[in-house]
Amino acid sequence: MQITVKIKRFDPEADTRPRWVEYQLDVDPTERVLDVINHIKWELDGSLAFRRSCAHGICGSDAMLINGVNRLACKVLVQDLGNRITVEPIRGLEVKKDLIVDMEPFFDSYRAVLPYFINDEPPPPTERLQSPEERAVFDETTKCILCAACTTSCPVFWTNGSYVGPASIVNAHRFIFDSRDRGTLERLEVLNQSNGLWRCRTAYNCTEACPRDIPVTQAIEEVRRAMLFRG
Amino acid sequence: MSTVRRGKAKRPRTFVEARAMASSSSELGWWVFMRISGLLLIPLTFAHLWANNIAMDAGQIDFAYVVARLQQPGVRIFNSFLLLFAMLHGVNGLRYSIEDYVRRPGRRFALKMILYTVAGIIFVFGVMTLWAFSYEEMGNAVRALGSE
Repeated sequence: MQITVKIKRFDPEADTRPRWVEYQLDVDPTERVLDVINHIKWELDGSLAFRRSCAHGICGSDAMLINGVNRLACKVLVQDLGNRITVEPIRGLEVKKDLIVDMEPFFDSYRAVLPYFINDEPPPPTERLQSPEERAVFDETTKCILCAACTTSCPVFWTNGSYVGPASIVNAHRFIFDSRDRGTLERLEVLNQSNGLWRCRTAYNCTEACPRDIPVTQAIEEVRRAMLFRG
Repeated sequence: MSTVRRGKAKRPRTFVEARAMASSSSELGWWVFMRISGLLLIPLTFAHLWANNIAMDAGQIDFAYVVARLQQPGVRIFNSFLLLFAMLHGVNGLRYSIEDYVRRPGRRFALKMILYTVAGIIFVFGVMTLWAFSYEEMGNAVRALGSE
């Protein structure tokens, strides 16, 4: 299958602005976009920079804007895209080189919501028990791989980089709704700012972008209700 | 990171506690308001459209009709709610848009001030029209103009 891949490239040492570069190559329809980009790097242009690690949709390294939609390059097949593929870096974060963006602001927001288990109560003699029903409440939000596909698809985040972003709220949700956790108040305090939870305009871009099918907007809404009704 | 604050961590037990312990942001209140006013505005708007466009003959609208209508307490109260909710809901929505998309602090502040000023003037005019407008005086003035 003959395809044309158009990649938005940026070399900070040579370019003042990003430029589009086209590559023609012959690939198998069942290959993934990540394979295609690997072909380009290994066989056509070794200077192409991008992140990848596990290549199986778990590490969250290779989120890219593929044909206008944020996706993981390792989870999209060429046959589902056709013979013209455009690849851009995810939006709203500073491009370091080609498809590599500075993820630090994203992880700063993530760290701000205290994404770890907090419980100062003395540990019980056995485990901290949790019923299957209590576990199910936050099941979806445990699936986040921090790929930033949601946050960088958010129109509010594009214009306002200080918005905490959907990914952080998803990870706050994972602990806020954990029956064993006691850090809810601190997390809600962090999120209850104009640049926190309330900046979400329910555009649903995040939900569509999530490669793990997390109902992101619903999670945000649930945290808002927790803010309102938590007793 | 926030090990200092960890010590006083205590879960709020009631809504009042949660509000008191959360930061002072008013955004929670506005979020609730937008949902309630949004729901209320649906019947208010459609009742308004119905009353003014369907329930009456458009050819019959004249000064006397409008005066008689706006002097009914029910109409005044209904329109006051419509005015209040539509203005607050709309202005707050515009405030959201400004805060989302205008990044320069100075420009942002200026735009918000213009918004609040215009909205305030419209609101005051609305309240005056509904509650403090003398239709008799206005009617007399119009008739005096006509007889000249």
